[in-house]
Amino acid sequence: MSERPVLLEIKNLHARVEEKEILRGIDLTVHEGETHAIMGPNGSGKSTLASVLAGREEYEVTAGEVIYKGKDLLDMAPEERACEGVFLAFQYPVEIPGVSNTYFLKAAVNAIRQHRGEGEISPVDFLKLVKEKMALVEMDQSLLNRSVNEGFSGGEKKRCEIFQMAVLDPQLSILDETDSGLDIDALRIVSNGVNQLRDEHHASIVVTHYQRLLNYIVPDFVHVLYQGRIVQSGGKELALELEANGYESIKGIREVVAG
Amino acid sequence: MSTNLLTAPPAFSDPRKEKLQERTREAKVRYLMAFDAGRSRREHEPEWLQARRASAIAHFERNGFPTVRDEDWKYTDVTPAANLICEPQFGQQTESTFEGDFAPFYLDEKTTLRIVFVNGTLAPQLSTLDNLPSGLSLLGMQDALQTPGNALQTHLGRYASVEDNAFVALNTALFHDGAFIHLQKDAQIESPIQLLFINTAPLSAPHVRNLVLLEEGARASLVESYVSLTDDTYLTNVVTEIIAKENAALDHYKEQLESQTAYHIATTQIQAQENANVESHTFTFGGAISRHDANAVMDGEHIEVTLNGLYVAGRTQLMDNHTVMDHAKPNCHSFEEYVGVLDGKAVGVFNGKIFVRQDAQKTDAKQSNRALLLSRDAEVNTKPQLEIFADDVKCTHGATVGELDDEALFYLRARGISAANARDMLVYAFAQAVLNNVAIPSLREQLEKQLMLRLRH
Repeated sequence: MSERPVLLEIKNLHARVEEKEILRGIDLTVHEGETHAIMGPNGSGKSTLASVLAGREEYEVTAGEVIYKGKDLLDMAPEERACEGVFLAFQYPVEIPGVSNTYFLKAAVNAIRQHRGEGEISPVDFLKLVKEKMALVEMDQSLLNRSVNEGFSGGEKKRCEIFQMAVLDPQLSILDETDSGLDIDALRIVSNGVNQLRDEHHASIVVTHYQRLLNYIVPDFVHVLYQGRIVQSGGKELALELEANGYESIKGIREVVAG
Repeated sequence: MSTNLLTAPPAFSDPRKEKLQERTREAKVRYLMAFDAGRSRREHEPEWLQARRASAIAHFERNGFPTVRDEDWKYTDVTPAANLICEPQFGQQTESTFEGDFAPFYLDEKTTLRIVFVNGTLAPQLSTLDNLPSGLSLLGMQDALQTPGNALQTHLGRYASVEDNAFVALNTALFHDGAFIHLQKDAQIESPIQLLFINTAPLSAPHVRNLVLLEEGARASLVESYVSLTDDTYLTNVVTEIIAKENAALDHYKEQLESQTAYHIATTQIQAQENANVESHTFTFGGAISRHDANAVMDGEHIEVTLNGLYVAGRTQLMDNHTVMDHAKPNCHSFEEYVGVLDGKAVGVFNGKIFVRQDAQKTDAKQSNRALLLSRDAEVNTKPQLEIFADDVKCTHGATVGELDDEALFYLRARGISAANARDMLVYAFAQAVLNNVAIPSLREQLEKQLMLRLRH
């Protein structure tokens, strides 16, 4: 697997919000085609890592670098990252009253096409694309004309994130706690959506607190994050071990807790 | 002309302010002289009008221009507008007045009925005054005044108060032209009627007077457009009186697209009778100083009045909207939504009065005003003012002032949309609540274009 090209390389990444240092030296390499799970207890820095990769501005990177497709990711504005194929599925998708899903999605598709030097998508092609991807996550078409996420249930919001991901076809997907607030049916649908997008070129980073999601989206690697560092990495069996014995069972965490 | 010599000078006088005030006094004198100079021109006018003009100028002479010490003008210093040395317009038009491309301001609907005024005076060659649908009379005010026996005497100047508002008083005293629109009983006019006021003259001051009269059961939709082809400074002073009799229904829109250095002062005075339904939507984009008073009196039962407004201010523009919903009788509903977008060092003012008179039981009044500040230097002053003298009523009001939602901005950008486009999208979404109510497609398009244009500067 490692003969495949490197897509993302995170080196010694430190980040803080206000005065609080949250990421304290993350190293992670993601090759094309790989799915990495980032697990860890609350407050370990999982969502911060996802946010820093997507370009959320309230986080200040104090050290380290992130190379994506050979370019300095941290130097790019959030929209540039999106246009280059980085997608963050939000933990808490934002409601935007007055902006319809269709309008928003078309603007996003066209922004990315423009970045690639392509022309605007035709209305017919757009509709076809949207219909196809909606079916993927079993989303109701009536949601299209509604405002972005407005009045959506928790499950609808998460489905809509995966739907957007499917439409925009990013090369690197970052799923931030996509399983939180989902019932089993929704979890299955969302996971199916994600799995259908997997192939040898696309890669994902799946951030989750629970092992549950990883029954559906089976990762190639599992990393345990604790106090802003990756304290252990392994294959998918590491997730099962966590499920059985809890985070306390991780050697790295025991050491930190014991001081 | 009376000057009060007994007024003591303020303890700490600011020489610059003193000078401005002195100039405002001079301006007042100039207006009084302009009124005197017009005496011969007005000799042919009906006596009732001469009497109303005389009473109006007397009020103006007594009150002068408002200052920021007047509660209703607290945030809006009209000194620059008052002091502008400008020519009231009495039909001075030349060939060159009509040079310019006015077509972009026309509503696109093919059936639009249009009455056009250039620098405050009717331009028949640009208007569609012939072959009007039956039940509609559409005239220039000057022409209407020369036609005896019409309803002007009964209604003109009966509703807009010359006592409370100096600009209404000046308008009543000095107006030359405007539109008189009269719908006969049960007349249903499907085509929108556009009143287009174009300014091409720097340092002019058209005082525009409109009267819209809907007899019982009549229906129409009306657009007042104030536009300019230049960046000149001038003063537009408008009074529009609207009377909707029993069961009449009117959709009224006013778009203000004046030059960025112009002053625009306007009063829309609505008088509604039993079962009438009046919607008035105001869109303000232009002018250095813009003040719009929208007043509605519900003088009958089961009336529905809507007053909506969108204002978009940038740079150092000042936009002031004052509204009055006067529930004089029981069982009426009023709705009000004003939305403002402010950028640069712009200032917005909203004041919404709701009166519920003692008699007006079962009143249902809703008011909301929201402002979006796009810059740290922009400012909005907002004040709902409810005076309720009946006990069985429902009145709700809400005011919010906010900035763009950073979370929403990030969300849009995280999907590839540029920061500038994301910002525009959110502003557009914010303004949409008011734009959604525009039922004339080409007007809505025009307004959306204006909104985008202003956002991009």
